[in-house]
Amino acid sequence: MRPIDVIEGKVSVLDRADVDTDQIIPKQFLKRVERTGFGEFLFYDWIRDGEIELEPNPILLTGANFGCGSSREHAPWALEDFGFEAIVAPSFADIFYSNCTKVGLLPAILDEEHCRAVAEAGEARIDVDDETITCAAGVFKFEVEPDVKHRLLNGLDDIGITLENGAAIDAFEGSGASGYGPVTTAL
Amino acid sequence: MPQTMFDKLWEAHEVSENLIYIDLHLVHEVTSPQAFDGLRLAGRAVRRPDKTIATADHNVPTDGTMAARLIADQLSRVQVETLERNCEEFGIPIYSLGSERQGIVHVIGPELGVTQPGMTIVCGDSHTSTHGAFGSLAFGIGTSEVEHVLATQCLGQRKPKTMRINYSGELGFGVTAKDLILATIGRLGTGGMVGHAVEYAGPAIESLSMPGRMTVCNMTIEGGGRAGMIAPDEKTFEWVRGRPAAPNDFDAAVERWRRLASDEGASFDTEIDVDAGAISPMVTWGTNPGMVVQVTDSVPDPAQMDSPADRESAERALAYMGLDAGTPMTEVAPERVFIGSCTNSRIEDLREAAEIVDGRKVAGSVRAMVVPGSQQVKADAEAEGLHEVFRSAGFEWREAGCSMCLGMNPDILVEGERCASTSNRNFEGRQGKGGRTHLVSPKMAAAAAIEGHFVDIRDWS
Repeated sequence: MRPIDVIEGKVSVLDRADVDTDQIIPKQFLKRVERTGFGEFLFYDWIRDGEIELEPNPILLTGANFGCGSSREHAPWALEDFGFEAIVAPSFADIFYSNCTKVGLLPAILDEEHCRAVAEAGEARIDVDDETITCAAGVFKFEVEPDVKHRLLNGLDDIGITLENGAAIDAFEGSGASGYGPVTTAL
Repeated sequence: MPQTMFDKLWEAHEVSENLIYIDLHLVHEVTSPQAFDGLRLAGRAVRRPDKTIATADHNVPTDGTMAARLIADQLSRVQVETLERNCEEFGIPIYSLGSERQGIVHVIGPELGVTQPGMTIVCGDSHTSTHGAFGSLAFGIGTSEVEHVLATQCLGQRKPKTMRINYSGELGFGVTAKDLILATIGRLGTGGMVGHAVEYAGPAIESLSMPGRMTVCNMTIEGGGRAGMIAPDEKTFEWVRGRPAAPNDFDAAVERWRRLASDEGASFDTEIDVDAGAISPMVTWGTNPGMVVQVTDSVPDPAQMDSPADRESAERALAYMGLDAGTPMTEVAPERVFIGSCTNSRIEDLREAAEIVDGRKVAGSVRAMVVPGSQQVKADAEAEGLHEVFRSAGFEWREAGCSMCLGMNPDILVEGERCASTSNRNFEGRQGKGGRTHLVSPKMAAAAAIEGHFVDIRDWS
């Protein structure tokens, strides 16, 4: 994952709430076994049917509960591959939010009123460290969890961080606390 | 201090702050290939193959294709073969096409008994919440997290908030677990449970069978919830007893499991009360599971909605669904009926549907199919003769898989087709581009197949 600190540029607007992952990347494109190349299938049906138009700008501004539905990480992969670096919305679905932070796509939560202001401004500058979005209408604050921010700013690999904690995992397994579960290899 | 069931589960699995240990990792073909690739690139092993299990379900054909190499669709074939290869390379037990244990990942876990109370369970699939029906903490994860769990058997998590939904009273005649959860999502909205681990409680939940409880927990994600859970009781213990993976010292396990329920006086971030007795059979009318009404209602009128955003999404949903405001739901006529999916494909679901269908014929305007959730469910149903009941009524009887729940396999709707479906999502295009999905219970789907339109199952005989 590459580090991100500042995201700056034009804003693409998708003015809909409850956009689900089946729309972001329809299921027929989930059959690939690679992690790349999903951008051309982003919002496949909506774009092909002329329902929406989207420019591959650095920032996507959209409605509440964005990314609801399935856990497919293909959704953030497609958004990132298409060209977005940050998604700004009043709220996100939990799994989608978490998936974005794993691939270095910034999900920024901003209330509806400020979202509208950013949409109207058409351009913005997002500072991850300061947790601010600056546009013609003003400077708006958003929040990122400290550990997520640390990973985004440094482009850190989650697994590497956890494995530094390997002794704690060994200790947990050694304590017997994990000994109750079924043994799948014995079935 | 009194603890919630969630608190107890979290505390028992916290390796260090916000890093929790995973007792069981379920793997399937769609969300895992990139995770295994990641392991190979970094030279990492799977830390605990003995706490991992895999099956092929999302894009397997349900037409009797019994080996991965025989799958006609090339991309699907590659994906299932890749899963088989990855499992072999990393030592993970797998039940793929051709295995008598193959099936939908959320059906085979409980069936094998690997799903047990008190566990943490994850899978690269949002309907992992199903397993919470056993009093476990179970939730869906993305592919990066799949790779993380494979490598470390742990997962970094923000601790969710807690919500308890208390269902008083009893479900009425003909009203099922599916109606209970659809009515709940209709009330709270598709984002109503976001950020929460949700415990379902109260007499109406205690009365549900284990399959019913699984249906409720399964759809937690449709309300945006992180995990759904139900306190384990005698029904839970009886379900697990005697299954292939049941604990050897079963009595000791039950003693531990009895301590999991939320303590008297435990406090939740949010508590909601629902009168289960007031719930009717439900049918969705729109393009998300929160767009749902009682079968006795009519298609809602967007003009009557307060918020402009709701009005706009309702208008768009009605246009997509090809429905007019004010049409009674009982006049809506599906051409397809799908009984299956991780929500409603267990033996009890098939029995309920078969009871409605027995001795009757599917309407001439309808094509109907039943897709058992697993090879085991299929074998059990055939031993009871359910397949004959369905077949003589004109239903197709198919092999196990996710099938038409998500249209990643040959079972799909064609543009404009309307389907009464026992699955979990009615998103645009979910069952095939331009397909129109109405979510219902197995009984309601079966009755719609016979009559050619939705009926109030309570008046139907």
